[in-house]
Amino acid sequence: MRPEEGVLTSRSRAIGAVLELLNDELVVVCNGFASREAYAIRDRPANFYMIGSMGVAPAIGLGVALAQPRRKVLIFDGDGNVLMGMGTLATIGALRPKNLVHIVFDNEVYGSTGNQPTISQVVPLDQVAKAAGYRNVQRVRELEDLIYEAGVMLKEDGPSFLLVKVSELADDVGRIDIEPPAITERFRKAAVGGIP
Amino acid sequence: MPIPAKTIVTDLEDVGFDFFTGVPDSTLGGIIAALVERRRYVPAVREDEAMAMAAGAYMGGRAPVVLMQNSGLGTSLNALISLNLIYLQPCLLMISWRGHDGKDAPEHLVMGQVLTKLLDLVRIPHRTLSAERCKEDLSWAAQVFNQQRIPVALLIVKGVVA
Repeated sequence: MRPEEGVLTSRSRAIGAVLELLNDELVVVCNGFASREAYAIRDRPANFYMIGSMGVAPAIGLGVALAQPRRKVLIFDGDGNVLMGMGTLATIGALRPKNLVHIVFDNEVYGSTGNQPTISQVVPLDQVAKAAGYRNVQRVRELEDLIYEAGVMLKEDGPSFLLVKVSELADDVGRIDIEPPAITERFRKAAVGGIP
Repeated sequence: MPIPAKTIVTDLEDVGFDFFTGVPDSTLGGIIAALVERRRYVPAVREDEAMAMAAGAYMGGRAPVVLMQNSGLGTSLNALISLNLIYLQPCLLMISWRGHDGKDAPEHLVMGQVLTKLLDLVRIPHRTLSAERCKEDLSWAAQVFNQQRIPVALLIVKGVVA
């Protein structure tokens, strides 16, 4: 058990705090509890929820960011997800899209499958992102620091990477009851037509 | 006569494709060089990453193409079946057919043999690109893309594109 456990904020509170800062920004949310919590806290057509294909949230976000360079694109990711698709940190670091903000909620476990440990406790993902070429990289533990840094990253040029240490706590939330093709269609409309 | 790479890139743009990503193969070298020259190519590091980038580009209003060696189809399978296919995010897959006719390095032989069966199994419509009917093949792919909104594949055998 981690010594700081219990004092860390939960992922759902952290997700809620970032969602509150948003207007017309596009958000790609990784699979697992992150998507279910975001859906329960503040559903919006400009949220794209993944239900499978673990590890590729940043690649989806990168595709959106390249196709819509004038829109800010956020990625809500997890530590297990980042570790699975770590190559995409390099792709983003090389292409350097200014409009991309990658937020990783790091609870150091695979939460959806029973809290088996990931290796993010010993591999600092923020340093990996820095080495890969992200322009702004920050690590936060407190909710108020998260709100401050996310606010800065929403204004400044990226690519930005915000590592948020969160607790293992998952909200008791249901599955997403929108069919995947409908999630695509409304997100596409929000991205192309500018509907938040 | 093989199709010149620059011609196929123009033909792809003519039927509406406007976002190109992928992972290289020698068979696709000419097409990738033509795309890089036009500054139209976004390099990926893995094929499933390219599939996901294509999904994002589609939702951003673009019509994506993913170039890959057939070994990359193996890498892409989970993204294909739990992202692109179920979310209805179409793209054109241009897959080089290594191991076609059983003639290639050993690592390509199994995939070369099962390629079309694998595509059938995961329900991805496919055609083998023909130098003589190239424009027809591309219009067919664009039609599947627009009507079914799923990934559609054109298989490229060595020597068909120069």
